[in-house]
Amino acid sequence: MMLDDLLNALFPSHDTQVEAEGILCGTAQYGQDKTAAVVGLVNRTPLGVDGALSLAGHVLEVIRHSPGRPIAVLIDAQSQRMRRRDEMLGLNEYLAHLTKCFVLAGQRGHRTVGVLFGRAAAGAFIATGLVQDMLAAVPGGDPVVMDLPSMARVTKLPQDRLEALSKDTPVFEPGLDHATPIGAVAEIWNDGDLAEKLAMALDGQPGAPDRRDEIGAERKGRLKAAAIAKRVAQEATAHA
Amino acid sequence: MNNAFTKYRTWSWYEATARERVANLLDRGSFTEFIGPEKREISPHLALFDLPEAFDDGIIVGRGTVRGRDVLLAAQEGRFMGGTFGEVHGAKLVGLLRYARDYQDAPRVVVLLLDTGGVRLQEANVGELAVSEVIRAVLEARMAGVTVIAMVGGRAGCFGGGGIVVGIVAGCCSRIVISEQGRTSVSGPEVIETNMGVEEFDSRDRPLVWRTTGGKTRRLLGGADAYAEDSIDSFRDVAISLLDRIPAFDLDTMEKEHARLTQRLEKFGQCHDTPEIWKAMGIAEPDRIADLSDEDFNQIAQAQKEANHDAR
Repeated sequence: MMLDDLLNALFPSHDTQVEAEGILCGTAQYGQDKTAAVVGLVNRTPLGVDGALSLAGHVLEVIRHSPGRPIAVLIDAQSQRMRRRDEMLGLNEYLAHLTKCFVLAGQRGHRTVGVLFGRAAAGAFIATGLVQDMLAAVPGGDPVVMDLPSMARVTKLPQDRLEALSKDTPVFEPGLDHATPIGAVAEIWNDGDLAEKLAMALDGQPGAPDRRDEIGAERKGRLKAAAIAKRVAQEATAHA
Repeated sequence: MNNAFTKYRTWSWYEATARERVANLLDRGSFTEFIGPEKREISPHLALFDLPEAFDDGIIVGRGTVRGRDVLLAAQEGRFMGGTFGEVHGAKLVGLLRYARDYQDAPRVVVLLLDTGGVRLQEANVGELAVSEVIRAVLEARMAGVTVIAMVGGRAGCFGGGGIVVGIVAGCCSRIVISEQGRTSVSGPEVIETNMGVEEFDSRDRPLVWRTTGGKTRRLLGGADAYAEDSIDSFRDVAISLLDRIPAFDLDTMEKEHARLTQRLEKFGQCHDTPEIWKAMGIAEPDRIADLSDEDFNQIAQAQKEANHDAR
């Protein structure tokens, strides 16, 4: 889905712009005359130090000036920018900063909802998509850790073997069909009224506890994580 | 902090295994492990790839004392699958952090001995999600008043061997202790070279790799809060010295961090290599940073404005 089509489908009206580095910002109406902040990383742009800083600045603006306003985060990106300059300048700190600003927003009463409508990979996916209170996807959403040819190179397994293996498990192959059973994507909005679905999502609980491991267990896509995390706490309390 | 640089004769952090680091960092006999290797909670995914499992999935989590202070601790084993995050590996760390977050009588300090190539590609989707859950749990623990200290100086460094992110985890902690060996980045040099070409980043140019991602660079820029000699004793003493002043995770800190990172881009965003940055920072012999002894380097680092802050 193109950005303009998505914006029109999600909001009755909106006032948004795309700035340098593919950074989306603005506001939009949703539900019964309520206002949401809209930010994002779009136009299939990789996330480098400049873009991460700019996006974090928009999030801090919302926290400072619009208490309680929910934030919709639209995502069609690449991975983190793979340049020596970005790494030299400390890209990890910039991505961490952006991540922290989103989590801080949730903690201060801004519900954050990611809408994945294109590609998102690796560091960019973690800092814009996986960090939100809720992550939804629309058709075209394409989460990737690593593509299968690269994975074949790293794991030293032939690609056709990997393709065969991926039929039995959602744990390594890219794509929405695999991100959803493990709990990474909460909902896929395939049909119906997108604006209504987003409005419901934006009215959810800000800073909600991270239940993705339990969702992964319920959907039988990630069987061990939730139980292991709980057992650590149980053993720790027993030894306290 | 200079007394942390007396001649240590003990274990090299870099050479030690995760279990050796834990045993020598903590007070003797104080360690209790949670879901230890005897429980054999192995990765459910590696067998698909005919890869051997580890009974602890490459991470140790537990509690103990450091010079009498109660801590929770996690240590990644860089020698097993590059210390990478898989489902079980990540869940053990998430569980530890949530325990710190939820129980007020749990130790208020969590020490993370990071030694990881990033996401375990054989478990790519669940590994990446685990990293994201760890980040969230670190920040929720900090908001509950827990101090999370990262230690980076192991073989695997702290970055994405597969182009995937763990430097972000370190960047979310309250404080970071690093040694010269502690490389931190988001994409590994090999990944950048593979994707963008050797002209962008020559991963075989070792001096270039070290001065771009190494511990000295991270410390001078302010990406790490303290510099340790490559020994377990040094990491311990330096970490203890940081405990007196810990930044809160709140709006004020984030605004300060934003200003700090904005200034870095304004001042150094046009530099092509780290010696140019060191020169712009006013360091006398910018080309000699790599050759300096730990002690001499630490003196320079402690005098730099950019390197010493509470904005994380």
